[in-house]
Amino acid sequence: MLVSVYRYNPETDDAPSMQDIHIDIPGGKDIMVLDLLQLLKDKDPTLAYRRSCREGVCGSDGMNMNGTNGLACITPLSAVVENDKLVLRPLPGLPVIRDLVVDMTQFYKAYEKIKPYLINDTPPPAIERLQSPEERAELDGLYECILCACCSTACPSFWWNPDKFIGPSGLLQAYRFLADSRDTATRERLTELDDPFSVFRCHGIMNCVSVCPKGLNPTKAIGKIRNMLLQQAT
Amino acid sequence: MVTSITSFGRSGLYDWMIQRVSAVVLLVYTVFMIGYLLMNPGLDYEQWSALFENTAMRIFSLLTLLSFAAHIWIGMWSVSTDYIKPTGARFVFQSATGLLTFIYVVWGIQILWGV
Ligand code: SF4
Ligand code: SF4
Repeated sequence: MLVSVYRYNPETDDAPSMQDIHIDIPGGKDIMVLDLLQLLKDKDPTLAYRRSCREGVCGSDGMNMNGTNGLACITPLSAVVENDKLVLRPLPGLPVIRDLVVDMTQFYKAYEKIKPYLINDTPPPAIERLQSPEERAELDGLYECILCACCSTACPSFWWNPDKFIGPSGLLQAYRFLADSRDTATRERLTELDDPFSVFRCHGIMNCVSVCPKGLNPTKAIGKIRNMLLQQAT
Repeated sequence: MVTSITSFGRSGLYDWMIQRVSAVVLLVYTVFMIGYLLMNPGLDYEQWSALFENTAMRIFSLLTLLSFAAHIWIGMWSVSTDYIKPTGARFVFQSATGLLTFIYVVWGIQILWGV
């Protein structure tokens, strides 16, 4: 098959370019894209990409495969290869450090902005702050996010205003803390979000939903934040 | 919190709500107009000007005109902050949008009260 990989080394290259590599898959098996990358790296050790857990838990190998963001380690070739061809590019919209490795600073800054930790000024109980099973269930579909950035880098609103729009991943996390029964900073959190950019740049295109490798729904969480803002303000 | 002084209501929620409400007003007015024209095929000048001399119709039209202006501003402001990155060009675009919208409103009022 033909693999076309985005290559860029800012120390030696003037501009990024696509490198075409013909490769035979041993035994013609349906391997994961990450395994394919290892085969490519065996051929050309200068190829750079991030990876760690190789099972869709760490979120480090997010990349753009034939136009769609996803995790290379849990994406089988059969799911993305078209006409025996695969185009691999870094996550769109973020600065490229080298080849498939992007600079995630912008993405983490957005995450930092939503204060991704429990805020509760009441005196802590002796053992732990308890939740009822129902209250705990509110966090399902939110806490599973692995911060892989597949969603935010698929979102046009995040491309245009990565410094102002929080992006789907950060907003999913924002709602995770708004929905937490143990968090007492709901009002402050909402006040921080009520500007024309942070939440309201979401136009409901739902690119985020279609790429999330964990099957999460940031658009739904964004809708819930909007409803909370509406409730607080009217 | 991102501060922004050129957005319509300074608050994202407010802009968002105005955008929805004005869209509904514009839709209702459009449907009404199409319906009116369809139900009155042989419309003449007398009937048309009588329609716009009606106070209720003037309120409805003015409401639509103002909704139109707010809708333009919020929409174009979003577009300009998405796509026009150089501050100078964005400022010129927003000023032109504001000026045009203002002209439309004054002109619209003049037409409405001119009948
Ligand atoms: S639904 Fe909102 S957050 Fe998700 S991709 Fe679309 S604009 Fe971005
Ligand atoms: S919401 Fe999904 S796609 Fe977005 S960062 Fe979390 S796990 Fe990744």
